[in-house]
Amino acid sequence: MAVLEVADLQIWDSGTNQCLVAGSSFQVKAGSCLAIVGESGSGKSLTCKAIMRLNDSGLRQSGEIRFKGENLLALSEKEMRQKRGKQICLIVQNGMRAFDPSCVVGVHLLETIATHFDWGRDEITTRLTAAMESVMLRNPREIMNKYPHQLSGGMLQRIMIALALVLAPDLIIADEPTTALDAVSAFEVVEQLMALRQNTGCAMIFVSHDLGVVKKIADEVLVMKEGAVVESGAAHQIFSKARHEYTRYLVSNKLALSQRFSQVMGGVDVAEG
Amino acid sequence: MGRYLLKRLLISIPLLVLVSFCTFCLMQFSPLDPAEVVLQAQGVPQITPELVAQTKAELGMDKPFIVRYLDWLLSCLQLDFGHSYVTGKSVWSLLGPAFVNTLKLTLVSVAAILVLSVALGVICALQAGKRTDQAVRAVSFLLASLPPYLLAAILVWYFAVKLDWLPTSGMDSYKSYLLPVAVTTIGYAGIYFRMVRSAVLGNLHEEYVRYSRACGLPERKIMLHVIRNSLQVTTAVFCMAIPVILGGTVVVENVFAWPGLGTLSVKAIMSRDFPLIQAYVLVLAVAFILFNTVSDVLQAALNPKLREEL
Ligand SMILES: Nc1ncnc2c1ncn2[C@@H]1O[C@H](COP(=O)(O)OP(=O)(O)OP(=O)(O)O)[C@@H](O)[C@H]1O
Ligand SMILES: [Mg+2]
Repeated sequence: MAVLEVADLQIWDSGTNQCLVAGSSFQVKAGSCLAIVGESGSGKSLTCKAIMRLNDSGLRQSGEIRFKGENLLALSEKEMRQKRGKQICLIVQNGMRAFDPSCVVGVHLLETIATHFDWGRDEITTRLTAAMESVMLRNPREIMNKYPHQLSGGMLQRIMIALALVLAPDLIIADEPTTALDAVSAFEVVEQLMALRQNTGCAMIFVSHDLGVVKKIADEVLVMKEGAVVESGAAHQIFSKARHEYTRYLVSNKLALSQRFSQVMGGVDVAEG
Repeated sequence: MGRYLLKRLLISIPLLVLVSFCTFCLMQFSPLDPAEVVLQAQGVPQITPELVAQTKAELGMDKPFIVRYLDWLLSCLQLDFGHSYVTGKSVWSLLGPAFVNTLKLTLVSVAAILVLSVALGVICALQAGKRTDQAVRAVSFLLASLPPYLLAAILVWYFAVKLDWLPTSGMDSYKSYLLPVAVTTIGYAGIYFRMVRSAVLGNLHEEYVRYSRACGLPERKIMLHVIRNSLQVTTAVFCMAIPVILGGTVVVENVFAWPGLGTLSVKAIMSRDFPLIQAYVLVLAVAFILFNTVSDVLQAALNPKLREEL
């Protein structure tokens, strides 16, 4: 069964009437990982934000987004807010800018969990500490009392993953979670994302430029170009016998580019694809 | 943080000395001879050169410039600003109460400006481009562009004369505060709320707001974070509003006969009462430096990144 079904999603700029995403359709099966790849500006982030209904107010969207059978676009703002975080979790690209710069990161974590669960402060802290330890963050209590600028990008990314672990959503949307990181941190974050999927069994939308990572993590791949879906299918199929010319171009180019990653990933020969 | 505080305070000391020196020079280079002013004020019928020389000696004007400056500075530090040429009373006995009166007016006004600017700024930012926002901006533009004396006249005519609710002048009860505070507040709030509005708008587009929304946080909690971050920038400006208004109440005080610095300074200037003018300028300059320091410290305290670099 599909956790998320997107049908004929259109996104356009209400000011200029420019179409940014033209009728894309796809689905994410329960417990599986869909990767969205494509060049910069192809509408990947817009699609992710559209699912959470978090696009800027100047952008309009139409179509149908069914999450566990329920049309998200028909929900009230309040109902939608209860879904965000608790059932659909976002992990953003730049951890440095994802947290309020004048609060310690713990504030955001505690506020978020307290919004969705009736746990006492002690229980929240216990669960959070356990989650943070499981994503290899040492001294969780110390980290929670640090400001975002005192932590590294990789740590902030793993903090977001730890939060997702506690919230245990049905769907995680990770929009380029490794793009802002160096190779080693990116490797650690991908490891943790994979562990997160294993532990919670949640579905995932994974947006990335890095086909090496996509190959490792994704079950299915969606290729976007200029706001349209040009190809979709099982990951191994996309990598071995892509039908669309653009996909073949991406695979041959991007895989060569992600050599440095393959070295860190330890012997996974990403170039064989 | 403690070290920063100390450093910041130490920096203001040479600044204060410099300002006092400039104030002193300003008065010395005035084309009028203080001795003549004193004699005129005392109503001496015929001012002879001998009389001028004698008065100069009495005032200590025959000493070298630097000695006079140091003498003056030392007595200023003890709040002894000399005696008024005109009334002969000590300057502090005139300036002190006037300062307190103006400070009262200023603090009440600044509180009103703060509340109004933050409330309007946040509301307009949230409604940006919509009717409320446009209406508030249009009205505030109109009001803030009225010269204060005109605004004061309109308010006095309506509330004091026509409706007879409020006194036209003086400083008798809390009612006397309403009109002067209103005039001051309308002028400044019209400017400051725009700053709050644009700071909030800027913060609303930050990535952390989107991530907080994506985490399902209620809008009201997110707004608290946004307001806190927006006020960081505007704190400095609000702090500086205090000395600006302290020195800018001349019109309002004269219209409403408020017994404060504005009224006093105009009188002093008209009668060329040098020690009084000098003390007035010095007090205001010190207020500027003081509040500038406070604003810097506050800003550092609010911004963890700044706090660390110091
Ligand atoms: N708020 C907006 N208003 C108008 N146009 C926008 C807005 N946000 C994005 N766009 C446009 O939509 C297009 C798709 O943007 P999107 O952010 O989805 O790209 P992307 O695929 O995520 O690219 P990247 O890999 O660089 O993140 C871009 O051409 C961008 O200019
Ligand atoms: Mg993007």
